Amino acid sequence: MASRIFDHKKIERNVTLLSVFSLIAVAIGGIVEIAPLFYIDSTVEEVEGVRPYTPLELAGRNVYIREGCYVCHSQMVRPFRDEVERYGHYSLAAESMYDHPFQWGSKRTGPDLARVGGRYSDEWHVQHLIDPRSVVPESIMPPYAFLADRELDGTNIGADLRALRALGVPYDDAMIENAEADFAVQVDVFADASGIRERYGDVQIRDFDGDPTRVTEMDALVAYLQMLGTLVDFESAEALEEPR
Amino acid sequence: MESLTLKVGSLLVAAFLAFVAAAFAVDTGFAIHMWIVVAAALIATFVIANKTDFAALARFGAVRPDQSRYDDDPVRWGVIATIFWGMAGFLAGLYIALQLTFPALNLNFEYTTFGRLRPLHTSAVIFAFGGNALIATSFYIVQRTCRARLAFPGLARFVFWGYQLFIVLAATGYLLGITQSKEYAEPEWYVDLWLTIVWVAYAAVFIGTIAKRKEPHIYVANWFFLAFIITIAMLHIVNNLAVPVSIFGSKSYPAFAGVQDALTQWWYGHNAVGFFLTAGFLAMMYYFVPKQAERPVYSYRLSIIHFWSLIFLYIWAGPHHLHYTALPDWAQTLGMVFSVMLWMPSWGGMINGLMTLNGAWDKIRTDPIIRMMVMALAFYGMSTFEGPMMSIRAVNSLSHYTDWTIGHVHSGALGWNGMITFAAIYFLVPRLWARERLYSLRMVNWHFWLSTVGIVLYAASMWVAGIMQGLMWREYGADGYLVYAFSEVTSAMHPMYLIRAAGGALYLAGAAIMVYNVWQTIAGKTRDEKAMTDTPHDPEKDRPIVASTTVPAE
Repeated sequence: MASRIFDHKKIERNVTLLSVFSLIAVAIGGIVEIAPLFYIDSTVEEVEGVRPYTPLELAGRNVYIREGCYVCHSQMVRPFRDEVERYGHYSLAAESMYDHPFQWGSKRTGPDLARVGGRYSDEWHVQHLIDPRSVVPESIMPPYAFLADRELDGTNIGADLRALRALGVPYDDAMIENAEADFAVQVDVFADASGIRERYGDVQIRDFDGDPTRVTEMDALVAYLQMLGTLVDFESAEALEEPR
Repeated sequence: MESLTLKVGSLLVAAFLAFVAAAFAVDTGFAIHMWIVVAAALIATFVIANKTDFAALARFGAVRPDQSRYDDDPVRWGVIATIFWGMAGFLAGLYIALQLTFPALNLNFEYTTFGRLRPLHTSAVIFAFGGNALIATSFYIVQRTCRARLAFPGLARFVFWGYQLFIVLAATGYLLGITQSKEYAEPEWYVDLWLTIVWVAYAAVFIGTIAKRKEPHIYVANWFFLAFIITIAMLHIVNNLAVPVSIFGSKSYPAFAGVQDALTQWWYGHNAVGFFLTAGFLAMMYYFVPKQAERPVYSYRLSIIHFWSLIFLYIWAGPHHLHYTALPDWAQTLGMVFSVMLWMPSWGGMINGLMTLNGAWDKIRTDPIIRMMVMALAFYGMSTFEGPMMSIRAVNSLSHYTDWTIGHVHSGALGWNGMITFAAIYFLVPRLWARERLYSLRMVNWHFWLSTVGIVLYAASMWVAGIMQGLMWREYGADGYLVYAFSEVTSAMHPMYLIRAAGGALYLAGAAIMVYNVWQTIAGKTRDEKAMTDTPHDPEKDRPIVASTTVPAE
């Protein structure tokens, strides 16, 4: 395209120019859209109650990621009447601020799980994961019975916490030192829970998979599912809204 | 001799390092992966040592291949790899489609659950089938359009085999549950590092070949390949930034969290579509359509305008995957506006491809390869209209999270990427193996129709499924309550999922015909078959009037 001001022939005869201009053209969009998310304060408005995952919940979340649950389940309730009535309050940015990686998902072959915590009993979850169609006949979910047989010991979970701290998740020294202990305490109703409660607040402590003799991946996954969406107390927050 | 020592030496060092990593591995998956690397390095060492002609090496030093021929070995391997991984990916796709229809097919076995097989399917078709097609065709096209042999032939072979190792590590990783859960970027940190090395080598070979070109101009196909290679490098590196838990373990945590991670992921994810599946395949289109039609590209100006506008606009479109989420509204709006604008450069490419047939439109009737190309461009045009439409917030509020998205992706992937790749394979195979013609043109015709009907079944069933899902989820009764439970919507999908699987089976059947056809062509056979067209000619009527035998009128 020859013109007096600009001649494309110069670019298409020079591989360096072509590469550099291409790189500039493709870099602009990302810089304008993504970079501001890191410094505009209103992107993630901090909310009371959001805390890092406990070691057991984190292990459960890693099982959730490993099994590809995000492939069929979103964790992002959109602000529509039907979604809020079906799943609960729409999701806030702060609720996933410690999620490395995010689990918002892109498809709902199964229902949204952003607020599944506390909706069903532990027994329901265990039964549903072992044989989904025994509790929901229409379900097309794969069975995950093997999770109940896989023991977990939490010996390496401290390293996971350290990796996350390096990325900015506020795990303090006490949390990392006690990671293995906290992992065991969360499934043991008879243990002294004062330490884990002091570090993480009001966490759910019980045997999740119905087998108190050992800790399994099922314990971890159910512990994670049961805390999803429960950290923010929306009922008390509502009172703070300004009256019209 | 030095280069041989260097090659074998670095392979043995790699094998040793992988062996050490396997010994110290903190999880089984990582150990298995390191053993695969050990095996790959040892096999490569053995093959290199076995192939070397030591006697010739001692007499003349390095043996130079014939410099007056293009370097097509990596292209031939790439064509075969494309077909092999394509079949694997289509088969995995059909299997998981059937799992959604008959969940018993999950087999109650951890390695065969939908959650682990779905990334296997997506990566197999995008990165293994599509990626091999892109590498093979780019090596073929860049040599022809630059009139130069590949720069760094050794590195080109490393790119091919290194990429296959990446595929094997990624695929086995998914089955073992090694994933960072970022869609289309699931492989873990060490596999990502390996791909980065392979990709830099790929860029070096490609750009090096352009640099030594004998033609003054860089042909338009190479602009698209270049933009694809550069952009994928940028996207891959930024989206896969992560901190591994242990350098002897597979698990890592991605660098960003929540909102920032979501947008980085979809900036990557949408441009895996934009650059891997669009820019790279447009490059294929810009070479193979004019060659097969034997017509020049329709418009040079249009190619300039649509190239720069396509690569500039595509990058902005990512946020349309995050409408109505916790992503700030301004970013969603930017994503929507740029996605709608993207419609124009996309159709610029379609128009440039279709109008190249100006003066050769009859070939759609006579040449099934041209017909495949035209169908590919038609699906490209259709899905690049559908995409901008679905990125409008109001439409997206219905379509997001539903099977409509799945249908949209597949009309692009099966229609555009699949069809243009099949056409390129049919173009390349007789030329690369120096055969007179394909084994059978009629089989190409069958492949075309099976694929087309398959795609129609797929796209139509997913439109119905997606829109039905979206409407049922939001339906309110007169009593003011939601009408359907989630499980009722799931069971309503069953017939649609069945039709979709049937469409996939047809598509797979078409590809199986291609495998047979290509196999026979390479074997040097030609099928004795009725030609695709007849020449209308009657020798009895085709003769002059001789005065003595005919009585003139009147």
